[in-house]
Amino acid sequence: MLRPRKMADFACHRLSVLMSNQMSNQMSTPSFPTVTELVADIRHGATTASAVLESHLGRIDQREKDIHAFNVVTVENARTTAARIDTDIAAGIDCGPLAGVPIALKDNMCTRGVPTTCSSRILEGWKPPYDATVVTRLQHAGAVIVGKTNLDEFAMGSSTENSAFGPTRNPLDTSRVPGGSSGGSAAAVAAGFAAASFGSDTGGSIRQPAALCGVVGVKPTYGLVSRYGLIAFASSLDQIGPFSRSVADAALLLEVIAGHDPMDSTSIPQSAPSLQNALSQGVKGLRIGRIVDLPEGSEPEVLARVDVAFEALKSAGATIIDVTLPSLSFGLTAYYLIAPAEASSNLARYDGVRYGLRVDAEDINAMYGATRGAGFGDEVKRRIMLGTYALSAGYYDAYYGKALKVRRVIADDFARAYANCDVILSPTSPTVAFPFGSKTNDPLTMYLCDVFTIPSNLSGDPAMSVPFGTGAHGLPVGVQVLAPALGEQAMFRVAAELERAL
Amino acid sequence: MVSEPSIKITPEVVIKVARLARLDLTAEELARTTHQLADMLEHFRDIDKLDLADVVPMTQPHPLKNIFRPDVVVAGLNHQEVLDNAPATQDGRFRVPPTIGFDV
Repeated sequence: MLRPRKMADFACHRLSVLMSNQMSNQMSTPSFPTVTELVADIRHGATTASAVLESHLGRIDQREKDIHAFNVVTVENARTTAARIDTDIAAGIDCGPLAGVPIALKDNMCTRGVPTTCSSRILEGWKPPYDATVVTRLQHAGAVIVGKTNLDEFAMGSSTENSAFGPTRNPLDTSRVPGGSSGGSAAAVAAGFAAASFGSDTGGSIRQPAALCGVVGVKPTYGLVSRYGLIAFASSLDQIGPFSRSVADAALLLEVIAGHDPMDSTSIPQSAPSLQNALSQGVKGLRIGRIVDLPEGSEPEVLARVDVAFEALKSAGATIIDVTLPSLSFGLTAYYLIAPAEASSNLARYDGVRYGLRVDAEDINAMYGATRGAGFGDEVKRRIMLGTYALSAGYYDAYYGKALKVRRVIADDFARAYANCDVILSPTSPTVAFPFGSKTNDPLTMYLCDVFTIPSNLSGDPAMSVPFGTGAHGLPVGVQVLAPALGEQAMFRVAAELERAL
Repeated sequence: MVSEPSIKITPEVVIKVARLARLDLTAEELARTTHQLADMLEHFRDIDKLDLADVVPMTQPHPLKNIFRPDVVVAGLNHQEVLDNAPATQDGRFRVPPTIGFDV
């Protein structure tokens, strides 16, 4: 079993306490309007889409050089869209449930004619010839897309330090990481650069940065949101979801993007669930699972916040049930064999032929090797190597085959637990946001960031992170609400209750 | 830091895997990958303690069967837009270095 290097971590925290205290002004979260507030204000004429956009662009102007949330800010496109929405609203046309809301997209979602890089040199300059389904649905809902956000290259990482274009910094403390891989999307919402954003979650890439940046982040049930146009990392695990400042915003955003899409053969053939209605239902009668055999290694302040969350839900009428998930700690191994195996196959398409970088060589095989050697960063190479090894002849059964069986064991553990409870509560991340460079020397130390988020990707179940107070250094702590497949309604009821309890 | 790994990851193994992955590694990357791959695979042996004999492998969360779209003609991608992204083209096609006449 893997363990974080507790002593080293804590020493690191102590050293930075003074620094953090000096930054306390910067760390108090400013309050920016929520999506639901903006939608109402724009609809009723209290403000305009253009004015809302300009106030967000103003904050980008001010702080983006320190944060680096974006790979590209699409200023002109955004202004054109906002102006069109204002004209339509003035003419009495209904522009959709997100009319005029500035939204940022992780730079691994295809946007027609707008560069989409996955924060990788190998895709630098590529302009997709089509839009992802999520992008199309957001546009139809009236969203104003402000830009493409930074990520760990090909979404492989937990700190956004693996971006080929430089790291994103945590807006609450710029000496620390925003989490990852969707660090740019989380930072954009926390810094007020966008009212909401979207990311992808393969092993925690939405929930962990949401926790570290103090915003809401949702990984929906696998298949609930179309992945058409999401650049594939690990196809049996990837799922798109929203970042927002409130649980109600997340419910609205998920309703807009969810629902069947014939362009994605893993899309569940049913319509989007009704989530906003669930928010006011409370938690009376719900059974909340407490994992008694939670893997060790979390900061005590993080665990203390989860305890407070349990108390709050109990006071609101929920029942707390002890559950065991004995296989939970084996999730890391299963994930770090399955995800690289799928990635090594998915990333075979970057061959220097149809798009992206090419390093010329005398024959095609030499060109492939040179292009991929020059175009991919360290972490991506590491995972391609690991995945290729795990799938190679003679090792398949020992690694990949065995990992698929562990995946089943974990899913069965969850199924057993959900026979006795409706949702499960856990920390999202074992730690609050950590300083740059503190986990980059040993890949395994970084992989431990995902110990609580990975299992729901393996099982395909939904989970979300809700900001729930602060831990060490006054930095945000996220509480994770996990639910069985298509259990989003109960999940959002609990999340809304936690938000009310703050 | 790490005890001697019992899984034998040699530079020769890493070179073979890199070749399968069509990934050129520098000498420094080769040395680092050899060490890290061994280290990771050693940690990943924690699942050896599980009894998995009768477990059915799980390849995806919610298997859907027979997913077909209606058999109707729909517009494809714009030919020129697709070619515009290619590193090299000729006569409306992708241009690549020689594909025959060398050792694989």
